Amino acid sequence: MANSAEREALLDPLFNNNPIGLQVLGICSALAVTTKMETALVMTAAVVAVCSLSNLAVSLIRERIPPSIRIIVQLTIIASLVIVTDQVLKAFVFDISKQLSVFVGLIITNCIIMGRAEAFAMQNNPKLSVIDGFGNGLGYGVVLMLVAFMRELFGSGKIFGYTVFQTVSEGGWYVPNGLMLLAPAAFFLIGCFIWAVRAWKPEQVEEEFRVGTLFEPGYQGHIR
Amino acid sequence: MLEHYLSLATKAIFVENMALAFFLGMCSFLAISKEVKTSLPLGIAVTFVLAVTTPLNQVLNNVLLKEGALAWAGLENIDLSFLTFLTLIGTIAATVQIVEMALDRFSPALYNALGVFLPLIAVNCAILGASLFMVERDYTIAESTVFGLGSGIGWALAISALAAIREKLRYSNVPAPLRGLAVTFLVVGLMSISFMAFSGIQL
Repeated sequence: MANSAEREALLDPLFNNNPIGLQVLGICSALAVTTKMETALVMTAAVVAVCSLSNLAVSLIRERIPPSIRIIVQLTIIASLVIVTDQVLKAFVFDISKQLSVFVGLIITNCIIMGRAEAFAMQNNPKLSVIDGFGNGLGYGVVLMLVAFMRELFGSGKIFGYTVFQTVSEGGWYVPNGLMLLAPAAFFLIGCFIWAVRAWKPEQVEEEFRVGTLFEPGYQGHIR
Repeated sequence: MLEHYLSLATKAIFVENMALAFFLGMCSFLAISKEVKTSLPLGIAVTFVLAVTTPLNQVLNNVLLKEGALAWAGLENIDLSFLTFLTLIGTIAATVQIVEMALDRFSPALYNALGVFLPLIAVNCAILGASLFMVERDYTIAESTVFGLGSGIGWALAISALAAIREKLRYSNVPAPLRGLAVTFLVVGLMSISFMAFSGIQL
């Protein structure tokens, strides 16, 4: 029983309850880092780490947090973890950390992390919370990597910096699609991703737009 | 000198629009853009908080956090810049709280209109994003005020425009899997393309 709950906490966020596709969380800090797979991968790793650890920390002290200041407590925990992440990135992958610029700091306000701390870690035991944080981080990563894959492949003909389609400017045949490297492409790709997932899993189709429930008091994850 | 600020404001409002070019503040941008009636007050509240917190953070950054900033206290070799994130988000959360209390006390009508949005604003990436950009680009206090105000106006403009489009969208027959979120993303993508027409504008 406990096992299936853990598996669900880990695998559910990947497609069934994807944080970006269904819960509309955490789009804020993400899309700008998806022009290259390398930066997207580092961003995913950072978010997975922060999300699991913040869920762990919040869950460990959940019975001692006074409800009236819980948002501040959660923000402080998350901000401290992001500072550590930022320092680690600066120490080991300085180039990528420069490219990510302000978006590492924006992990603090990534709604996935706040949302999971608030909706899951405040109610569940530490072990389950870590798994949930890890799963949601991965669910975010899946979308991020897919978008980055499309953008890098079609925008500059490369994957992880290795040439796949040789571009015209390098003597090859592929004319890169410049739009892919610009902001609008990310919106289109995410829109199409959600479209594809919902065509595959029709139970996710919205009768009417109900994203607003996210911000209503007592919101406990997506209500089907 | 005035031209410099005008140019910075145009850049913040149109060219580098927080929502459409940097994807900041997306959560509330998508969630609270069903009606112009609610998204406009939210936009105004975000603008206000941005215009207050960005210069405030600029002062804090220069007086306390930056490398060598503590020279006025005789501590030249101290670099507290690793505390930047924590300080910025602390300032923002506190400002939002103060704004909320002040509104409640002095202008109940405005509080009722904006009240529900204020707690949300604390975790709006556009606010923290503006402060982080300010730190990264090393703006002066006047520049950061203009930048904060401009970014806020740009964000408010974008969310109101999206809300207006979605009000019309309600009457159209969208294919089922696209309904709701997916089509909103496509609309935002098209808006983002149209805002790219502003790029390169210099005053």
